[in-house]
Amino acid sequence: MALLKTIKAIGKYFYNIYDGVTSLARGMKVTGSYFVKPSTIVTQKYPENRATLKMFDNFKGELQLIHDENNKHSCNVCNTCARKCPNGSIEIIYKKVEGADGRTKKILDKYVYHLETCSFCGLCVPSCDEFALKFDQEFEHAVFDRSKLTKVLNKPGSSSKAMKE
Amino acid sequence: MEETLLDFDLRNKEEYIINMGPQHPSTHGVLRFEVCLQGEQIKYLRPHCGYIHRGIEKMSEALTYPQLIHLTDRMDYLSAHINNEAVALCVENAMGVEVSDRVKYIRTIFAELTRIASHQLWWCAFGMDLGALTTFFYGLRDREHILDIFEETTGSRLTQSFITPGGLMADVHPNFQKRIKEFITYFRKKLPEYDQLLTGNIIFRERTKGIGIMSKEAAIDYGVTGPSGRGSGFSCDIRKIAPYSAYPFVKFNEITLPDGDTYSRYVVRIKEMWESLNILEQLVDNIPQGPTMLELKAVKAPKGEYYQRVETARGELGVYIVSDGGPSPARIHYRTPNFSNLFVINKLAKGHKIADLVAISGSLDLVIPDIDR
Amino acid sequence: MYDFTPFIESITSYLNENLSPFWAGLISMVLLGVGILLFYAVLGLYLVYAERKICARMQNRMGPNRVGPGGIFQTIADLIKLLLKELIYIRNADSLLFNIAPFIVIVASIMAIGAIPFAKGLQAVDLNIGVLYILAISSMGVIGILIAGWASNSKYSVIGAMRSGAQVISYELSVGLALLGIITFAGSMQFSEIIASQEDGWWIFKGHIPAMIAFVIYLIAGTAETNRGPFDLAEAESELTAGFHTEYSGIKFAFFFLAEYMNMFIIAAIATTLFLGGWLPFHLFQWHGFNNVMDFIPPVFWFFGKTAFVIYLMMWFKWTFPRLRIDQLLALEWKYLLPINLMNLILIAFLTLMKWHF
Repeated sequence: MALLKTIKAIGKYFYNIYDGVTSLARGMKVTGSYFVKPSTIVTQKYPENRATLKMFDNFKGELQLIHDENNKHSCNVCNTCARKCPNGSIEIIYKKVEGADGRTKKILDKYVYHLETCSFCGLCVPSCDEFALKFDQEFEHAVFDRSKLTKVLNKPGSSSKAMKE
Repeated sequence: MEETLLDFDLRNKEEYIINMGPQHPSTHGVLRFEVCLQGEQIKYLRPHCGYIHRGIEKMSEALTYPQLIHLTDRMDYLSAHINNEAVALCVENAMGVEVSDRVKYIRTIFAELTRIASHQLWWCAFGMDLGALTTFFYGLRDREHILDIFEETTGSRLTQSFITPGGLMADVHPNFQKRIKEFITYFRKKLPEYDQLLTGNIIFRERTKGIGIMSKEAAIDYGVTGPSGRGSGFSCDIRKIAPYSAYPFVKFNEITLPDGDTYSRYVVRIKEMWESLNILEQLVDNIPQGPTMLELKAVKAPKGEYYQRVETARGELGVYIVSDGGPSPARIHYRTPNFSNLFVINKLAKGHKIADLVAISGSLDLVIPDIDR
Repeated sequence: MYDFTPFIESITSYLNENLSPFWAGLISMVLLGVGILLFYAVLGLYLVYAERKICARMQNRMGPNRVGPGGIFQTIADLIKLLLKELIYIRNADSLLFNIAPFIVIVASIMAIGAIPFAKGLQAVDLNIGVLYILAISSMGVIGILIAGWASNSKYSVIGAMRSGAQVISYELSVGLALLGIITFAGSMQFSEIIASQEDGWWIFKGHIPAMIAFVIYLIAGTAETNRGPFDLAEAESELTAGFHTEYSGIKFAFFFLAEYMNMFIIAAIATTLFLGGWLPFHLFQWHGFNNVMDFIPPVFWFFGKTAFVIYLMMWFKWTFPRLRIDQLLALEWKYLLPINLMNLILIAFLTLMKWHF
């Protein structure tokens, strides 16, 4: 009985060695197979590949007011986007003007966007009834001066399509 | 009656206390372990959390329901979609509305993709903690495919805020189904490689078998859910107990293993990845047409208390909303899985060595921002 | 065909003719020292670069590729950075021992280079107890590690040093016994005679199964000796600390780092010399045409090629396997490697007696 146990123990000892060595060899085969195939390298050479780098269309980069070729944007100062934004990253500064029919209207003076507090949740873009906003594909946001992160989105000299002046 | 941490007294002069401090390469996030050692053996282990408390629950009281979705992304950031889905389902049940089938299918597809991505990241970090540094790169390389799918539809890779009360923020991209099918074929070939590299390896088996044994009673006492609990035989999959979204329409197995050691917790997660691939295959071709967003006048929960449970990649997430009829919750509380999973580590690590502590905490798969919210 | 002995003889005779024996001896030793130190430094730098590139390829990425064409100046940039770092002095640390420890480790490994045959005649000193000399010298490195851990006055360093010391001392046994097998086959401890005995075939082929077992055991024990690969518990970052060299900064840390890579080179060089035929070319049976082509390649390339192959194997181990725990490491040595080694040695002795090898 004791002899049988000893033989079993010796057999188990050699089986452990065999099992261990084969399992290690299997692991080495996986890494070895990647070593000999340089086509599996997935590194992208950034920043040299900036010219050909294209982000997806839906990528949430930076907020933009859409301007058409006549430098007109579509914002009608309804303040919906500023209300939807959870952390107050949109500030709309407007001024009141006399309209043609004698009533005061609000037109857009400065559309201030605080990139430093934006959490890219995307609640502003679908909330605009005039489809005035979009996210562009810019992802390099790093600056050395924090004041550059407060952006004014309406371009100088632009006027609003929504206001019939 | 088991001794508590307060009973412990450093009477033995050979013991010393070290800190695996908040900045450490192997705790995945800012968590501090106060470890009392004698030689190489652990006598007790006290975790200190709270280094990344941001007040998510309090902030949510000032935001409306669609606005507070973007905060839930940042709790357990590796199961972002599932967190969003939890709040969305809670609010929809409170309002008594039901979303269309198309939304249910897409939500479940996103949830399963998130589960696979989360388990891939867990695998690569676990291998790296144990010293097999190549596993880190293989896991991340495969995860990039899922992140590309997310980015194409939602616009972000990690914090998507895509699932909202009432449906989805937008419709899915036309390439969605094609990419998922490509991913399923690709990943079915790569997953056996994970087994060859790590699971069968004798060094790995020696380091994880018999380490950190958690009995089923301990799992139930401490409330350890998710794959960590299922590795001890505690059958706690919310997708089977209280199915939501499209889970009633799919067939899959709940995986439990009886041993309760680190190796079983590891194998449960690998097998869950296979099951998620099966679920994806059943769903991806059959997405029904329909609206992706309900026309809701206002997202307001009626006065009362509501609770919803979902199964994230790490366990059971519970959302508890107390509402007074307004557009913001009066109080929202999250029962997070990582908070309960963390505190069982003292029981598991007692008597083991420091090297085992790394293996145990890796196998519990903790994401620290979920503990602190 | 390629023989360095006349070249070296001409230099020594030139010096002996023109100068007194004292100066001739001194100048030849200084030349030799400078040569070995340069070789050591340059090879150490490029071994680090090779490791980074090889591990990158296994992980589906490129290695360093910006500093210099293909990244070849990366380690030089790292060296300059380490040289410019502040040398932090520890209060309450034993300053003499603290400063000596890196030097002990480096000196031990440079002295071992002196006995390795790079080509016919290109050997610093051809001792008749060559293998014993190298084993003895590499044991001195342990002293450096233990002193470093103790003198740092930090509980993490002491833990790391104790673990490392136990590991190195245990695996030296296996290294010695594995090499003893080949010495039994060859009949001598002198390097040039061991290589001469391999002219009709390398020992790994001539000694069939026992020599292959000895080779595998030697590789495993060799990686454990140098704290590399799956046996690097003493210095792993995710196990609490950086082990015995936690408190060292700047050039002193660079010494430990360099000594580890050069120890790996020495282990590989010994494996090449004893098992793979040293600088002898690869001859297949009696195919004269093939053999002449093989002879055309200079022996230095053969030596470095074979050493590079063994180094590649050691790097392959490191980047594939998880780490072993300290008790599993010691169990591997005392329960598995040592008994197999002893039985293998008896088998080799028997085969040599019966002349049952090729």
